Amino acid sequence: MIRFEPREPASLSRLILVPVAAAVVALALAAIPMGFAGLNIFKAYGLMATGAFGSLFAFTEMLTRATPLILTGLAAALAFRAKLWNIGAEGQLYAGALAAVAVGTGVIDAPSFVLIPLVVFCGALAGGLVMLGPTLLKTRLGVDEVVTTLLLNFVILLFVQMMLEGPMKDPMGMGWPQSEPILDAAALPKLMARMRIHGGLIIALVAALGVYLLLKRTVWGFEIRAVGENANAARHAGIPVTATFIRVGLISGALAGLAGVGEVAGLKGYLTADLSPGFGYSGIVVAMLAGLNPIGVVVAALFIASIFVGADSMSRATGVSNYLADLIVAMALISVLVSGLFLRFKVRFVGQRHTEGAAK
Amino acid sequence: MTSTVDGAPVVLKLERITKRFGALTANDDVSLDLHRGEILALLGENGAGKTTLMNILFGHYVADEGTVAVAGTNGTLKELEPGSPHAALNAGIGMVHQHFTLAENLTALENILLGTEPLSSFSSARGKARKHLGDLMQRSGLTVDLNARISSLSVGEKQRVEILKALYRDARVLVLDEPTAVLTPQESDTLFATLKKLASDGLGIIFISHKLDEVLAASDRIGVLRGGRKVADQPTAGCDKRQLAELMVGKSVPESTRTPQQPGAALLVLSQVTTGTGRDALHAVDLELLSGEILGIAGVSGNGQGTLAKVISGLEAPISGTVSLNGKQLTRSSARGMIDAGIARIPEDRHRDGIVGPMSVAENLAIETIRKPENQRFGFLRFDAIAARAKEAITAYDIRCQGGNAPARLLSGGNIQKIVLARTLDSDPIVVLAAQPSRGLDVGATADVHRRLLEARSRGAGVILISEDLDELMRLSDRIAVIHRGHLSSAERTENLDRGTLGMRMAGHSEEQAA
Repeated sequence: MIRFEPREPASLSRLILVPVAAAVVALALAAIPMGFAGLNIFKAYGLMATGAFGSLFAFTEMLTRATPLILTGLAAALAFRAKLWNIGAEGQLYAGALAAVAVGTGVIDAPSFVLIPLVVFCGALAGGLVMLGPTLLKTRLGVDEVVTTLLLNFVILLFVQMMLEGPMKDPMGMGWPQSEPILDAAALPKLMARMRIHGGLIIALVAALGVYLLLKRTVWGFEIRAVGENANAARHAGIPVTATFIRVGLISGALAGLAGVGEVAGLKGYLTADLSPGFGYSGIVVAMLAGLNPIGVVVAALFIASIFVGADSMSRATGVSNYLADLIVAMALISVLVSGLFLRFKVRFVGQRHTEGAAK
Repeated sequence: MTSTVDGAPVVLKLERITKRFGALTANDDVSLDLHRGEILALLGENGAGKTTLMNILFGHYVADEGTVAVAGTNGTLKELEPGSPHAALNAGIGMVHQHFTLAENLTALENILLGTEPLSSFSSARGKARKHLGDLMQRSGLTVDLNARISSLSVGEKQRVEILKALYRDARVLVLDEPTAVLTPQESDTLFATLKKLASDGLGIIFISHKLDEVLAASDRIGVLRGGRKVADQPTAGCDKRQLAELMVGKSVPESTRTPQQPGAALLVLSQVTTGTGRDALHAVDLELLSGEILGIAGVSGNGQGTLAKVISGLEAPISGTVSLNGKQLTRSSARGMIDAGIARIPEDRHRDGIVGPMSVAENLAIETIRKPENQRFGFLRFDAIAARAKEAITAYDIRCQGGNAPARLLSGGNIQKIVLARTLDSDPIVVLAAQPSRGLDVGATADVHRRLLEARSRGAGVILISEDLDELMRLSDRIAVIHRGHLSSAERTENLDRGTLGMRMAGHSEEQAA
């Protein structure tokens, strides 16, 4: 029989060790199907590592992939800290991207130092406003935000498709459903010549630091933690619970919106309906892997990004499907969730005793 | 009474039970015998290990060391399989938890039969069960309407169903955890009369309590636990209150007493306050709290005192009626508004409403004033100031913790209450609302709470003390009002009241009594 006994708060070393161990376990578990697929496991992981870290190009590609994941990861982590279950980062990302192309493709003509901040601001605002609806429905009417945010993802994606087929369709786009390109003056600067890595990474890292400071050092952060850990006590102590939820919803949505800005204004240059391969959903995984810690989000996003980029590269070299990356990520998430149990509880194995035989 | 038990066979034997949770030893080498037909009171402060011991007995926990043995039907002791509630039930141990484990939407009969019926032959056994229960009720005097839904029963009736449930399963040992916590004094007397009858029929009974009076009145033998160890095990005859209190706490506890004091002007006035619907709603409640007095609110749990506390805490707005403080009407019904008006609120459920468990002691001490300039500048927390004030409060209120950074959830109930007291009373509030402030606290922590409330009173604050403990109310309150089904009686001076009168009013017999 297995028994769980609560343990004292885990030490910092354990907090770091457990997710790392979980990642290793995930890689080990994923090796099983790789073995069945006939791969040399060490070679395959070697190829993955090379694909993510083997060259300057590989490394910057990995960082480029991590950029939106950091932002959607932060969006989830911040919201989840307040127990506001924002599953809608995907939709908020598209809303941010849509706003970025709406103001960044020629409607306004201004120099870079005006246009870039404007595009970034509008993208963040759009993401925040998308999250405001579900937040208000939750605080006013008690509507479950898991349902509303999740369903809004599809509404927004369909809206984006409508815009791309209609009013925002690029007349020069050869009939493809895509927006006009972002003006050069509105594009986020590249960080390195001939590489795709862009200014969105700086935004993401600053955002991570910002969310960390917000949670740790500010009154708002204090209130967010209090509401998240015990909303009843927070309300009793006079903390504005509703205002805190709205604040968190706006910031969380804005962070996801920034991810969309980075993808269109930093990477792709125009908006298509396949801008995001599920960055919003992966952000939830990132946040969970990170234990909802903003600095941990950066590390977890780098991990997930290197798995994705590495698996792509390995798949090209070996012919094994890059769905393997999803498998590893899923294993990592399960491992981390299980390991969370080990952080909070001591697990003891108690020998089964027989009723009759035990009498001495 | 004890002499009749001495020769009786042992029905339950706990031998050298030790249970550790991490660094904490909850039970340390505890041995206990229960005889046939005996009522054993298990006395101890909160955290003394009473409930842990009973949970081991009932198979919820597994002891690290030691054994539990129960007498079989033939009287020989047999060791109980550890960690199995099922085995405990089969061995004839019945447990009545403090929070009842009844399905509210089923009838009393269905609840009693739940888990005893085989899935086949569902209907045929009912008649027999009903007859058997009828016999049981007649023998024990525990009468309930078997066809009534649990949700329609009073607390006392629910408790009877719980006991019947245990008897129906042929319990030879009955354990009751704090059975009187939810009862009126009259209901408690009835309960103890029933227990005595059951014991005289051969049932072995353990009841857990921290109320000295009832332990002395109702038990044959008293076991005292302190810090996980058994410090006394003696016949009730020959025990006295002071000695038991000292055994429980390990030192003598000075009881706070009220000194006469002239109350001042009206502070908090509720006029015709009515809230929504339901059993817990308030109906046209009038209340006037004077400066320098403690106003007690007596009542059986669930009669509206929770709602009254919510209204004064700013968590629920009345649908009609007014609340005013110092002659000024409080229109903004919010927790913030009440705090800013100078009302200190000690919540009934301190774990749920009082602290944010994972946050630190220091943060919990600052939570009500986090937006005040002393705690923040431009929206950034002033950690040094928060830590410094936490350190002062920890000393001043004797909060036992590993420092201001320790998570509040690791503290004992008494120390958690001290956090609440420190942060609410430190700002010298005009009005103090104390809802069940000593519930679940040990003797030492209770004395501390009482002292703080009396201090606030002598400072000139008005204190509203909502409690289910009549001893506490009568000792501390200048005046006492009784709440029943949402109606609040007018407050009367404590000198003019006695337990009987209050008990009648708590049960809703105010008119007859007043006439």
